[in-house]
Amino acid sequence: MSAANDARPRPLTPLGMLLWFAVALTGAAAVGGIALHRGESINSLWFIVAAICVYAIGYRFYSAFIAAKVLVIDPTRATPAERFNDGRDFVPTNKWIVFGHHFAAIAGPGPLIGPTLAAQFGYLPGTLWILIGAVLGGCVQDFVILFFSTRRNGRSLGQMARHELGPVGGIAALLGVMTIMIILIAVLGLVVVNAMKHSPWATSTVAATIPIAILIGLYMRNIRPGRVLEGSLLGLALLLFAVWGGGWIDHQPALRGWFDYEGPDLALMVIGYGFAAAVLPVWLLLAPRDYLSTFMKLGTIIALAIAIVVLRPDIKMPALTQFIDGTGPIFGGTLFPFVFITIACGAISGFHALISSGTTPKLLSNERDMRMIGYGGMMMESFVAIMAMIAATVLDPGVFFAINSPAGVVGAEPAAAVAMISSWGFPVTVEQMETLAREMGEATLFARTGGAPSLAVGMASIFASAFGAGLLAMWYHFAIMFEALFILTTLDAGTRVARFMLQDMLGNVIPALGRTSWYPGVLLTSGVVVAAWGYFLYMGTIDPLGGINSLWPLFGISNQMLAAIALCVATTILIKSRKARYAWVTVVPLTWLVTITSSAAWIKLFSPEVGIGFIAKANDLAAKLGAGSIPPEKIAQTQQIIFNQRLDALLTMLFLVLTWVLVIDTLRVSLRVLRGRAHPPLSEAPHEPTRLVEDWVRD
Amino acid sequence: MAMRALQRLWNFVRRMSGDDAYERYLEHWRVHHAADGGQPLSRQAFFKAEQERKWNGVRRCC
Repeated sequence: MSAANDARPRPLTPLGMLLWFAVALTGAAAVGGIALHRGESINSLWFIVAAICVYAIGYRFYSAFIAAKVLVIDPTRATPAERFNDGRDFVPTNKWIVFGHHFAAIAGPGPLIGPTLAAQFGYLPGTLWILIGAVLGGCVQDFVILFFSTRRNGRSLGQMARHELGPVGGIAALLGVMTIMIILIAVLGLVVVNAMKHSPWATSTVAATIPIAILIGLYMRNIRPGRVLEGSLLGLALLLFAVWGGGWIDHQPALRGWFDYEGPDLALMVIGYGFAAAVLPVWLLLAPRDYLSTFMKLGTIIALAIAIVVLRPDIKMPALTQFIDGTGPIFGGTLFPFVFITIACGAISGFHALISSGTTPKLLSNERDMRMIGYGGMMMESFVAIMAMIAATVLDPGVFFAINSPAGVVGAEPAAAVAMISSWGFPVTVEQMETLAREMGEATLFARTGGAPSLAVGMASIFASAFGAGLLAMWYHFAIMFEALFILTTLDAGTRVARFMLQDMLGNVIPALGRTSWYPGVLLTSGVVVAAWGYFLYMGTIDPLGGINSLWPLFGISNQMLAAIALCVATTILIKSRKARYAWVTVVPLTWLVTITSSAAWIKLFSPEVGIGFIAKANDLAAKLGAGSIPPEKIAQTQQIIFNQRLDALLTMLFLVLTWVLVIDTLRVSLRVLRGRAHPPLSEAPHEPTRLVEDWVRD
Repeated sequence: MAMRALQRLWNFVRRMSGDDAYERYLEHWRVHHAADGGQPLSRQAFFKAEQERKWNGVRRCC
């Protein structure tokens, strides 16, 4: 094998060794500084330095080890993109382009919201989990799944589970993906609704993104077909205009009433929108919205990184808060396991396994590129999570808790809320909150749960300080628009994918429903999917605790469960490929995930605390209902909430059972392999030498 | 030198966004399918088919 074809990194020279020693030392100092610092505030530069050093070392050494020893990447082997090159799905593509596509696909709103919520424990637990979880868990998952899918002609996670584990694993994986999709869409919808509640500016700006996307869709299809860049630039200009226009509408007493709604009304609108987006042709709404949101996402993330590096704001949140004991206002539950559930995306996200299998493998031109795309792509997402953590913790802790605590916990009256939050040791005043709300162009910032408003306040203050002050309200609503834009893209795309899966399943029973071209079938299945997530979304808006409280942990558990499924599949394949001695690479994160999802699910089910356990909450409300202490006008709503808590409990139970079925199935197959008994064979595609002449410049 | 770097950046942006998809399709068609006779898709028809294909699977994550 020639040097150029060797996937293994070159051995370290003495100078290189010195350099990496310095990186390790700097990283250790930065992480130690973050961990041991106790004082008024700490500079965010520490976080950036710690993150970059941890990623650099993880990438240079751990991912190289996985590539060379565990997976044994073979650059002389033809990839599916080369073998099946059809110019459509399978296309050998330059690694930077694939990296861009892969990153744009995996980086959604998740890594922005999770760290914001987890900041209630202080900055330290979340930051450590984001760094360690990514380097040893998330990056590894994305990398190995990318590799195994590529070696299996780009098969999806569900197909791999069926082939490598058998039908039980396959069904569990499919069910898992369906339910996670429903919960994910509901919780993201709730984040958008909470950001728009009683905010004519935010609501009108977000509403404007719909006609803008349709206009761009028509432009790219009819006026200037396929001119994606032109269309997107036009759309971006219109979006910025919409942010400004929303401010104008907010100042027109005659107009602002048209965009001022309660949460449940907004939920119904989002549900209606979701259905329309799912049944309209993709070129009209979904595709142009995705172009705009991808540009906006990449641009804003880069701008945020630059602003944080230039500005180096001080972190005001303490390293740890008293809420590690489980009494936190944003979500209930102790530090272990709930910090690991709350931050899924950014540390380890099972959803990535769906992108790493199926989509990205069909574009790889050489196996050598996988390390950068799989491992490196997740590192980038983890860095986004670190930035979100910084944006949440640069706020005064009192302000952070005032924005994120639901009225059901701290009280609906501003005076009561600030008194309660100040009594926790995080001083904040009504005047301070009123001034902040006025600066951000909002009527109030109390109890704006969901993470989006507090992230927007943090981003607005960072952007305004770095790129020109005085425009706080514009920056705030820009940040809200930016979050809403790609949350709604996830909502559209997720509904569509869940519909395809449902059609696929129903098609086995009633063939007509499986045809994606039969319009009544499309309407019916879309309706079922939208109704499923719409139900959870609507229930979230009438929940006095704000809904995020119960939905986000459910989402975290389901996402980590999907990661566990992916790692089960990966472990089985490693053992079948006679790599049992390296199986710890996936078994360690798998064990951790099973531990945290099982304990979190158990606590959510059986905790006697009303603020944490689903069943305890349902029983408590039922007892109150029985004792007649619920006011008559609230009885119907309370009954709904009781039903919903029981449904949440049922779902949690389903996740718990699915995870363990998969784990036991993995153990069963692995033991059969190790004992030399009959087992499903390895489904790897045969080796074919690559013939690709590389006509682009590699690094 | 700077011009070449800019040109490469521009090509990268066009490729990333799919702005050059039709040109690449024509190239692919000329090499692989021109011999079979017939006509390549129009820019408009290609764009529509491409969008449908692209959104037939998991494309976006949380």
